[in-house]
Amino acid sequence: MQISGAQMVIEALAAEEVEVVFGYPGGAIMNVYDEIYKQSAFQHILTRHEQAAVHAAEGYAKTSGKVGVAMITSGPGFTNAITGIADAYMDSIPLVVISGQVPMSLIGTDAFQEVDAVGISRPCTKHNYLVTHARDLPRILKEAFYLARTGRPGPVHVDIPKDVTAQIATFDYSKEVELETYKPTVKGNMRQIKKAVEAIAHAKRPLLYLGGGVVSSGASDLVRQFSTMTQIPAVETFMARGTLHHSDPLLISMLGMHGSYAANMAMSETDLVIALGARFDDRVTGKLSEFAKNAQIIHVDIDPASVSKLVTAHFPIVGDVKNVLEAMIPLAAQQVDPLRHQPWLNTIANFNKLHPLSYKEEGDRLKPQWVVQRIGELLGDDANISTDVGQHQMWTAQFYPFSRPRQWSSSGGLGTMGYGFPAAIGSKRADMDRVSINITGDGSILMNIQELMTAVEYKLPVINIILNNNFLGMVRQWQTMFYDKRHSETDLSIQPDFVKLAESFGGIGYRVTTKEEFDAALKDAVEKNVVAIIDVVVARFENVLPMVPAGGSLFNMMLEYKEK
Amino acid sequence: MEQARRVISVIVLNEASALSRIVGLFSGRGYNIESLTVAPIPESKYSRITIVTAGSIKVVEQIIKQLHKLIPVLRVYEHEDLVEKEMAMVKIPLSESLGDIEALAHAYNGKIVNVSGDTMIVMVADEPMRVGHFLEAIKRFHPKEIVRSGSVAMER
Repeated sequence: MQISGAQMVIEALAAEEVEVVFGYPGGAIMNVYDEIYKQSAFQHILTRHEQAAVHAAEGYAKTSGKVGVAMITSGPGFTNAITGIADAYMDSIPLVVISGQVPMSLIGTDAFQEVDAVGISRPCTKHNYLVTHARDLPRILKEAFYLARTGRPGPVHVDIPKDVTAQIATFDYSKEVELETYKPTVKGNMRQIKKAVEAIAHAKRPLLYLGGGVVSSGASDLVRQFSTMTQIPAVETFMARGTLHHSDPLLISMLGMHGSYAANMAMSETDLVIALGARFDDRVTGKLSEFAKNAQIIHVDIDPASVSKLVTAHFPIVGDVKNVLEAMIPLAAQQVDPLRHQPWLNTIANFNKLHPLSYKEEGDRLKPQWVVQRIGELLGDDANISTDVGQHQMWTAQFYPFSRPRQWSSSGGLGTMGYGFPAAIGSKRADMDRVSINITGDGSILMNIQELMTAVEYKLPVINIILNNNFLGMVRQWQTMFYDKRHSETDLSIQPDFVKLAESFGGIGYRVTTKEEFDAALKDAVEKNVVAIIDVVVARFENVLPMVPAGGSLFNMMLEYKEK
Repeated sequence: MEQARRVISVIVLNEASALSRIVGLFSGRGYNIESLTVAPIPESKYSRITIVTAGSIKVVEQIIKQLHKLIPVLRVYEHEDLVEKEMAMVKIPLSESLGDIEALAHAYNGKIVNVSGDTMIVMVADEPMRVGHFLEAIKRFHPKEIVRSGSVAMER
């Protein structure tokens, strides 16, 4: 089939069964947009900013488990998108991002809207391509999708000069991807797996440390089976929230800087860490030399560069978590005695009793934690949850009753304010039957507020719930604790009227100050099924606790904070 | 942190972006590359890149793992037991003693390779440390220009 480069893009996306593309047109990508106008294979959703297009694709990928696709033009279109691309890279989210580029003959001449896009995306993509001729496009696009979803998933960027989208060449998408230099190890080494199971059988206080890799490999059911069968308790990282049901008796909670007392103490007391698809991030480990000091470490990860990167593993296993667990389960069934862990489970129960995750109700002001809990009580499993970045994000990770993987989408690695709303739009598009909630802050929401228009136009009724404390709360918290209360540039007392703001875009707005008002607003927004902002006035100086100060040891948690 | 000199060979698809991907892993960490040579491997679609670097062992190990991770990289060798050679060329005024220079070059696997106008060019090929010695010794002949090639290496 002889077609243009632009037509090839459409044909390739159709062949990949892409159902939605998030994007924003511009000069260099116009040939492709002309073909988008003519086709009916997929929906194009016009976001109001390129960064939001990529975040929406991330939210879509997170909720659906499929590859998200974003399309942007050259120059500023691309540089706006780079935050989203870097975000997806840090959180291993499979994306294909297609950008326009100035014509080949103008590359390197400082042409209008020219920027060295592959030069910029190189360190924050799994791989990238500059397409120099249309005849390479079918192969490159097929490789891009293959690379994005296999191995450790991640974003792949394809930069296409304008003249290449006009070139005519042969389109053949049937060839299998052949990459001699890319062969991810999926199956774990059986000898290592056997040794690891032996170590599990001999451990007195083993602990599962679940990371985002469990979710992306689709191994949650196997993890549940493994932990139930062996009676080994589990802690989840921020990225792994929802892997185990919130009511699972073996789930301790989230660990790390704002993890629960029990989770952090369990990690400090365990004699065997079973890390599955987790990468020992600094927000998880605290001071490395004190992390799980008494433990041997089994580290299962598909990315060999992650294994022993920060903490040396005694049993490194490179492979897909799902695959490795399939091999481990029959061995563990024979060798691991579940009754053996009872004293350990009792110890953990005591940790939980001693300092459960909690907050104090005081005065009339709503507590942000109550709001998160209440959303959970009212919607629970019926909602997909995204957040922005800051205090509200940590409270959500701590207090929302997650019940399934892929219920949760938040910017973990890069910590991108402005992620939540567009991601919730993508998430809604992937799962129209559930309510899409973006729990956000009064700082974050303004970073992609223009997406109100996208959500209204495409009838993707995201409900934004602002935990409004008139502060950049997390930075304010650090300033209070570590900078002698010098609240430098974090006071957000001057604010828009969020109700009118929502209404001006054709959405609906609520401002609530009491529990009754909150319940009424959330129920009304869910019922009306329209784009909404619920502006919740919460206690201004609430802190996220417990807290392991940066660089501190996990077991040295600040459990409460008294103003000096 | 423990520091060490390391020689790394990377076998990589011979394509436009490969070198920048590799170099980026060093520059992104503020790591200097001491020398770097690239040439295509005969009758294949691959090139061999030989990198000499110095730095903390842990960091270099991490870089090596990430080199493996780059899509166009086929293999990474970290040399321990190896034959390492480097070449250097030196431009010297013709007024210096040809015999002395020829003898000195000879001691380092070299010779005079070009004589023109009022200068000559001497080349040597030897272990990098010995090339360093040669360049020290040649100073007395007032070299006008020195070019070093960087290391190439092969496992024994």
